[in-house]
Amino acid sequence: MEQLIQFLGENINSVYIIILSIFLGIEVISKVPSILHTPLMSGANAIHGVVIIGAIIVMGLADPNDILSLTLGFLAVIFGTLNVVGGFVVTDRMLEMFKKKK
Amino acid sequence: MLNNILEISYLIASVTFILGLKMLGKPETARKGNLIAAGGMTLAIIATIFLYENNEGIRLGNYLWIFGGIIIGSIAGTIAARRVQMTAMPQMVSLFNGLGALCVAIISFLEYFHSYQFAAPVFNVKFLIILAGLVIGSVSFSGSMIAYGKLEGKIKDFHFPFNQVLNILILLVILVLLAIPVFGANHSLNILYAITILSLLYGLTFVFPIGGADMPVVISLLNSFTGIAAALGGFLYDNQVMLTGGILVGSSGTILTILMCKAMNRSLANVIVGSWKSQGGPSSAHKEVKGSIKEISVSDTAVLLAYSKSVVIVPGYGLAVAQAQHVTKELEALLEEKGVEVKYAIHPVAGRMPGHMNVLLAEADVPYDKLYEMEQINPEFVKTDVVLILGANDVVNPAALTDPSSPIYGMPILEVINAKNIIVNKRSMSAGYAGIDNELFYNDKTKMLFGDSKKILSELVSEVKGL
Repeated sequence: MEQLIQFLGENINSVYIIILSIFLGIEVISKVPSILHTPLMSGANAIHGVVIIGAIIVMGLADPNDILSLTLGFLAVIFGTLNVVGGFVVTDRMLEMFKKKK
Repeated sequence: MLNNILEISYLIASVTFILGLKMLGKPETARKGNLIAAGGMTLAIIATIFLYENNEGIRLGNYLWIFGGIIIGSIAGTIAARRVQMTAMPQMVSLFNGLGALCVAIISFLEYFHSYQFAAPVFNVKFLIILAGLVIGSVSFSGSMIAYGKLEGKIKDFHFPFNQVLNILILLVILVLLAIPVFGANHSLNILYAITILSLLYGLTFVFPIGGADMPVVISLLNSFTGIAAALGGFLYDNQVMLTGGILVGSSGTILTILMCKAMNRSLANVIVGSWKSQGGPSSAHKEVKGSIKEISVSDTAVLLAYSKSVVIVPGYGLAVAQAQHVTKELEALLEEKGVEVKYAIHPVAGRMPGHMNVLLAEADVPYDKLYEMEQINPEFVKTDVVLILGANDVVNPAALTDPSSPIYGMPILEVINAKNIIVNKRSMSAGYAGIDNELFYNDKTKMLFGDSKKILSELVSEVKGL
């Protein structure tokens, strides 16, 4: 308990950010027409690919002789990039079709 | 200085994510929103590579590995995303989600390894965050892979007894395992392996029994899981953009999941738990349907359609699979020329996901004002001469309204049964995605038109032309 309170105190800015982001996320999404659910899900999917930053940091800080970390980090970077790039490209392809109507 | 530039880049990226999501919610701005978010992501990635330094002031190295991974991932991701058929979109989203989740799981694993290689983990919040990231990432990864396999048709719905009990059991064991290192009793990597394996297993047993129209809900839910896992990573590295990006997706994904449930008149608990409730009942999936089916020929259909006053087309997954959206559009134009009023009835989950059918019809340039959503079109079926159902099954199944033992009971459907004539185009009498028989096909007003949508529609087009 003490640990937790200390942690919250030290990271109070992050906690604020989280709470505000939760409300923001809810606010931003509510009242979306169902025709956009698929592209929206796909776009949000690409955004959580932001984990790739974590993968890059792990990779970049790894000891060059630590083969296990390098290999796993390398895979993490590949998967993260796939998530980001694939997600945004697929979403764009879907939305491109919507645009053609005019 | 560099560090401040990095932080500012993260701030800009976070703003683009918020803006991007907001703009994705409106048809006019959606594409721009997606590009803005993508731009912010690129900025955050590049800034991290060149500007990041850890607490001891050490900059990143291993550039060859980093760029190698990014290049491979970008090429593979672009090719996959460009090649995938629009019909396969839901499984593609699920696949990408799974890969992102796997990325989180690997990072958590490596962090654990680095932090506690030489010392027993102390019970602190960082330790809990690492383990939580590992658990959520693994569950989301294996769950997404099963969802992918199911939508791809490679994995069948799989019910086993006591599924729910098993799920709860696995969760309990994971909690116990988490508690062991927390209280410092034992610290060995074996516990970490066990937690990973059980989490992966949980993802499997969690998604396996869920099927039919509930799949998109699960994908959306797993999507928000991965978002939360990404945010945990943000805590780990004290990285604000991971935090905001992850939480935004986590919370908006949860809302999206709930919106989808609402569109199908299901509660979230119902989706997750409902799948096992329906399996045991004596009159579930294989209920005997009385009556016989009546076939109709292409030429009779053509006549019936061409001399009607109003026709409603119900596009379903069968149309999507056959890539028949363009021929459908052609038929629609021909019928309109002959003075028939043609409308499209779009069920919220027509295809495989909410909005999926709109994407497909947009691909064929079907005008927006001809697409009617379920609530708008349902009262009109009474006045409709012919309903032409193209490979839709579950979304027109009257059992959803009348049969409480049906797995899709409670799902709002297109009430095509009220129309004067019903023509159903299917390849065979096999059951739809939810795996249940459809009473509608045995109705007196219904005639079956067997064959591949695309082939049948082309024949219909030439028949109607000849009339």
